[in-house]
Amino acid sequence: MKTVAVHHLVKFYAGKTAVKDLTFSVDPGEILGLIGPNGAGKSSTIKIILDFMKPDSGEVEIFGHQMNEACKNIIGYLPEERGLYKKLTAIDLILYLASLKGMDRVTAEKRAHELLRQTGMLENKKMKNKDMSKGMGQIIQFIVTIIHDPELIIMDEPFTGLDPVNTEIIKNMIGNLRDEGKAIILSTHQMNKVEELCDRVLMINKGQAVLYGDLKKTRASFTKNSVQVAIDGELGDLPGVIDKKVNKDSVELVLAPDTTPQIILDRLRERGITINRFEITTPSLNDIFLNIAGANHE
Amino acid sequence: MTLIVPVLTLLAIGVVALVTTLSEPSVEEITAIGYVDEVGIFDDHTTLGSIELVPFASREDANKALSRNEVAEFIIIPANYTSSGTIQRYTLEKELGTPPTTAAMIKIFLTVNLLKALVPPDIVTLIVSPLNLKVTRITEAGEVALEQSNLANLIIPGVFSLLLGLALMSGATSLISGSGEEKESSLIEVLFSSVSVRQLLISKVLALGTAGLLQVLVWLISAPLLLGLASSSFGGFMSKIQIPVNFLVLGIIYFILGYLLFAVLSIGIGAISSSAREGGQLSLFYTLMSFAPLWFMSLLMFFPDSSIWVVLTIFPVTAPVQTMLRLGVSDIPLWQIMTSIGVLGLSIIGGLFLSIKIFRMNMLMVGKRPGFAEIIHSLKNA
Repeated sequence: MKTVAVHHLVKFYAGKTAVKDLTFSVDPGEILGLIGPNGAGKSSTIKIILDFMKPDSGEVEIFGHQMNEACKNIIGYLPEERGLYKKLTAIDLILYLASLKGMDRVTAEKRAHELLRQTGMLENKKMKNKDMSKGMGQIIQFIVTIIHDPELIIMDEPFTGLDPVNTEIIKNMIGNLRDEGKAIILSTHQMNKVEELCDRVLMINKGQAVLYGDLKKTRASFTKNSVQVAIDGELGDLPGVIDKKVNKDSVELVLAPDTTPQIILDRLRERGITINRFEITTPSLNDIFLNIAGANHE
Repeated sequence: MTLIVPVLTLLAIGVVALVTTLSEPSVEEITAIGYVDEVGIFDDHTTLGSIELVPFASREDANKALSRNEVAEFIIIPANYTSSGTIQRYTLEKELGTPPTTAAMIKIFLTVNLLKALVPPDIVTLIVSPLNLKVTRITEAGEVALEQSNLANLIIPGVFSLLLGLALMSGATSLISGSGEEKESSLIEVLFSSVSVRQLLISKVLALGTAGLLQVLVWLISAPLLLGLASSSFGGFMSKIQIPVNFLVLGIIYFILGYLLFAVLSIGIGAISSSAREGGQLSLFYTLMSFAPLWFMSLLMFFPDSSIWVVLTIFPVTAPVQTMLRLGVSDIPLWQIMTSIGVLGLSIIGGLFLSIKIFRMNMLMVGKRPGFAEIIHSLKNA
């Protein structure tokens, strides 16, 4: 059974279409990357899933049922902006929000201490939220999101304000949650994080899904017939190469339709050229994003 | 606020006690008023409290004494006073009018001297003494009422009403400030991912109502102690104050209902405000309105039966303070109290229903206040 199933979602705001006939799903043990330009409808979609607002048409199912109060206890949500009570300490805030999720105090305390330890925040548990840095607040926010061991986790820009060390910690924790069978929706503008973490990707632009599917297959579908090479010496003219693009430390060779990467590799070896790098060009998600979002913008 | 009020009251009583204990009684200053008697009969009762009337033979003599500061002022009683009734008063001071004390003393001086030849001295004393009116309140059955009227009984309702208004204002401000903080910081999104709009708002309203109940209980418990302490400092005046049972009961009811109403209003304001600051400003509309009965307190004392007070007793925002004030001045018909409480109750329920709808629609709109059309739309569709 799918954890989240969204069917033909439509939402209007003041005459403008925020979400247009959106359909997607998230399975247990998978991370769905939700990407799109600003104003695309990502936040609106998340708010409808969380029942913050009703759609104009379409439906959302959580574990096969319409969203209700019981579902809230199995959902963890991390908003984009930090949302903490400034005058509460970290531990008090965590325990309070855990209680709202129906956790008993003993269990919540135990789990809170474990998560604080994992994230290196145990010694700061008595620090008031107003005294925390942005990164520390983000970690506390993350702990609040998962304290009650939710089945569905929705995160909007979870890596904001984190240094590389904490980013790696949170990334690993998200990966572990996926391995435990949680369904995760990860909304972020950091394409590299989507590539590192996500199994599938949904790109929304102007309220519509413009890209949806397995991440590797999606990238592969955008693969051009080209290779990235780094060599010693000059390349010269190479049959089968119709264009060259010089990058910082490599050259992209765009191949003719009847020329495969293997043929080019053989030709380079025949010439005795020392090859330091030879790679089939697979566009980054960032490139795909720019390609699609830029095209739609025009 | 709950503890500040009794603590500050205690401090004030202490200060008064300290000042009265440590201060030496001041020597009473005698004011000399000169007079020229052209009629020839005004020579008695020349010392009246702190005023001494000093005779002079002529206006010139009185003028000289005035310029030498031997007298503060002087009057001329003309020869035709008994027919004209006019006294001429001369003073160096710039005044709006003759000070009431001076006028009263001069009146007594003239009265005593005019009557001394016609009536016995004890009758003259009776004529010039202040009116000693002893009032007894009776019931419609003709029996002596349990609660007797006196000015002291307006103090408790007045103070209570003021405290109620302040408490309502501070509670409303606190709720709006908290809601604003939650809205501006996205905390509201975290909360709504855990609980429903209805659960959150009802719990806020109940929490504020409970805080109000706690506040009034602390004040009620501390009131008898403070009154007892105050009566020794203020010379027994406070001991005349009675706190009737019906006032206590109604006070608690109106305190709680007032708190609940203001909580509901504050939630609605919080929902449509773009920030905590704007919410505070919008809330002034009803928090100041709750104080309106206090502005007209003196009118209430002189015209207690005006129908405008009935309107203010039933209108929900002014009902708590107005009812408490009216209880100190006059009896309120039972139907007015029941109607007032009923309207308050319905306002709370209806207001909560509307506020939940508006809040649900607009809770995530930060930095933008919804227009009137959007509010109506949210009421229809949320």
